[in-house]
Amino acid sequence: MAGVTLLLLSGCAAMGGDGAKPVAAKALPKGLDASANPDPFPSTYKPLPGKTVAIVGANILTATGKEIDGGVVVLEGGKITAVGAAGTAVPQGAEIIDGKGKWVTPGVIDAHSHLGVYPTPAVQAHSDGNEATDPNTAQVWAEHSIWPQDPGFNRARAGGVTTLEILPGSANLFGGRAAIVKNVPSVTYQGMKFPGAPYGLKMACGENPKRVYGSKGRSPSTAMGNVAGYRKAWIDAAEYMRKWDEYHAKVGRGEKADPPKRDLQLDTLAGVIRGEILVQNHCYRADEMATMIDISHEFGFHVAMFHHASEAYKAADILAKENVCIATWADWANFKMESLDGIEANAAIAHKKGVCVVIHSDDETITQHLNQEAAIAMTAGNRIGLNISKADAISWITANPAKAIGILDKTGTLETGKAGDLVVWSTDPFSVYAKADKVFIDGALVYDRFDPAKKAKSDFELGQPGAGEFQ
Amino acid sequence: MSRIASLLLAASAFALSANAETIAITHAKIETASAAGTIEDGTLVIKDGKIAAVGAHVAVPSGARVIDAKGGVVTPGLFAASTDLTAVEVGGVRSTHEESAKLGAAFDVQYGINPASTLVPLARQTGLTRVMVTPVSPRGFGGDQDENVGEEFTAGTDSEGVAASSLFGGRAAGVVLKAGDTDPVFAPKAAVAVDLGDAGARVAGSHGAALQLLKTALEDARSYGKRRAAYENGQTRAYSLSHEELEALQPVLAGKAPLLARVHSAGDIRQLLKLAKEQHIKLVLEGAEEAWLVADALAATKTPVIIDTEQDLPQQFESLGARLDNAARLEKAGVLFAISGSRSFNELRQARFNAGTAVANGLSYAAAIKAVTVNPARIWGLEAKLGTLAPGKEADVVLWNGDPLETTTWPVTVIIAGVEQPQGSRGFELRDRYLHVNDGMPSAYH
Repeated sequence: MAGVTLLLLSGCAAMGGDGAKPVAAKALPKGLDASANPDPFPSTYKPLPGKTVAIVGANILTATGKEIDGGVVVLEGGKITAVGAAGTAVPQGAEIIDGKGKWVTPGVIDAHSHLGVYPTPAVQAHSDGNEATDPNTAQVWAEHSIWPQDPGFNRARAGGVTTLEILPGSANLFGGRAAIVKNVPSVTYQGMKFPGAPYGLKMACGENPKRVYGSKGRSPSTAMGNVAGYRKAWIDAAEYMRKWDEYHAKVGRGEKADPPKRDLQLDTLAGVIRGEILVQNHCYRADEMATMIDISHEFGFHVAMFHHASEAYKAADILAKENVCIATWADWANFKMESLDGIEANAAIAHKKGVCVVIHSDDETITQHLNQEAAIAMTAGNRIGLNISKADAISWITANPAKAIGILDKTGTLETGKAGDLVVWSTDPFSVYAKADKVFIDGALVYDRFDPAKKAKSDFELGQPGAGEFQ
Repeated sequence: MSRIASLLLAASAFALSANAETIAITHAKIETASAAGTIEDGTLVIKDGKIAAVGAHVAVPSGARVIDAKGGVVTPGLFAASTDLTAVEVGGVRSTHEESAKLGAAFDVQYGINPASTLVPLARQTGLTRVMVTPVSPRGFGGDQDENVGEEFTAGTDSEGVAASSLFGGRAAGVVLKAGDTDPVFAPKAAVAVDLGDAGARVAGSHGAALQLLKTALEDARSYGKRRAAYENGQTRAYSLSHEELEALQPVLAGKAPLLARVHSAGDIRQLLKLAKEQHIKLVLEGAEEAWLVADALAATKTPVIIDTEQDLPQQFESLGARLDNAARLEKAGVLFAISGSRSFNELRQARFNAGTAVANGLSYAAAIKAVTVNPARIWGLEAKLGTLAPGKEADVVLWNGDPLETTTWPVTVIIAGVEQPQGSRGFELRDRYLHVNDGMPSAYH
């Protein structure tokens, strides 16, 4: 990307030199060339003020498969600087948090959230999650629908959620771009945007698109109509990419070239083909997941994750082979035909068969209890002897979602050098009685159950009878 | 046929022939949900479908089948206080919906109960033994979906729905989840359900108008009740309800059945309490996210509530005060309450975890156990038969492998009316079919 920009600039400088030649390669205004401006709504996120902190004596689940009894975690300069057993060196002057009896995990990552785009109160004026006017709305970006004052962000934080992927809804074959946010209070969504995180593209299989458009007398109205819709879009994207490549090549050679018209919808699809945008695909059934994988082979992209994936346990071998993650609920199922075969052991069986498993919420209430959801899903496996440890299952709500949405290099595990995103739980987080006592994001204490000053309220909650729950 | 399916059939046959079995559960931590409290290491004896004895020093009768709990926890069967289980099979499939109709208060859900629902064995697997099936007013969400689809927002349907035809859902029915029971309705016409608040406003035009409409309906029914002969002769004024609805409301007016009112805001609850006092009717409130704001009035009027203790967001303007400590505050004020999950499929397992979540937010453990066992029975007037582990009660008993409110436990044994229930469900069959398929044959042969 930066290379293309430089090329254009240098071309421009060359042209400007004598002014005699026709203006063949004048740089486009940046809004007209996607490659010149891939980040038009840049993050303004800054970590909140933090100190050097050492949590000492807690049971630590690192989400790298390890459980450390009575260990030490150090946060310094916003990062994790040490994770280890009792006796691990603590920097001088660090604030010591007594972790005795407590548990520490990475911050919870909800890879499927509609907070902000379907906020509470859930009134029609807030219904901003589905641009349900065309089966392909790859041009819309969920971040432009985020209402940062959604009280749900604060509740999720009190449940230990430090990072969320905010997705458009599933009305469309291509719902639009998903955004990844740090779960910090902010007046703007830019103030929450996770620096350096890739965009996602929400796609949807199955019943929703064909129902929404079929009921309007439009395509798709069938499962086969859905598939035709996906394929057409990828063909259009390839054509669009070819035109831009030709244009940039000509400009690079100093030749005259007419720039193609920028198309926001095709920009997003092109970003997927280039591997810059990760496909997040709402898809319940095993057979439909297999179809989507074939489409990804046909057009040369990769599906990062199937969301909901009620039948992942039926397609576990394919999913493991294709390195596709799945995000599911513990046992939310049976609410429509494509979720009819959802079973409690879905996550556990998929995990045992080598699939990267994520427990997601898709819900403003479940997001507050993802630790419970992971526990229920783990238990369903252990009930049939799959022996899934807490050290493994914690990755379903931390490391694996980080991997699936493209931020595992930055957060998702307790490892030296990662962001200081973690939760201090009152007890074993797989217990129904566990509460997040303290939540840190980039080393800053952003929630403290026992300190009213560390319980953020949204503007909407001021003066309301529930007082933002935290009174 | 799968191994599990064969076991299931064998177990059903066994269960049906075992009505008179005497069972003793020994070495159990017994949560009686009664004044007897918790018995740390006790024995529970079941005979002729009833609880015969319970205590720390109870002798095992000769000939009894002994189940050694090995320290596991025994509770009364869980009772879902308000659900559509057995009245909705698949939320997104209209033809499987039996929980609403266009008959107003006259609709009686008992005739549509599906004892063969595949969700019933799943419900038993989470410790449920009885449910109150409560109808809802028809709401007609967009397309062929409805409010039971958990995705109504994210799937792109109209979340606010269209005008309903009546405030009333209709008459509720108590259903037992006993395997093989083809006539599982044990408490028909247990209540008349009415949807107030935002849902009522969709019928009447506003929250206040919904209360006015309810008042008119009750007054019409009372007038009708006193003038049946005149009504038959066409000598009464016109009533706002059909003949069948006027009849359906008579037990409510007589105080024999409560009015189950789905209501959310403190303001609506206060108005409803006034109306109930004026009309001399018994109420049960469902939803009641802001009940904690009117807890004293609820306690004073002995009005019970059914709450979902996960609700802590201002979902609508009528529930701005939703808080996680609703249950704890109601306990403190002395209000009788039951804890539910969501109304539909999620309730299969969520109620007991919601009770656990309420404990994490200040509710006492004993109250949490009661809120999913005896309190629903008490709310529906069934406490004499159900809800506690006391001698003489129906033997609805669950043995758990640990704390029944925990995420990491499950029911080991479920007994309904003295009969041990088969393990297994469609979900378990699917699970087992795909767990170990490696003989080269498609899963359809397993």
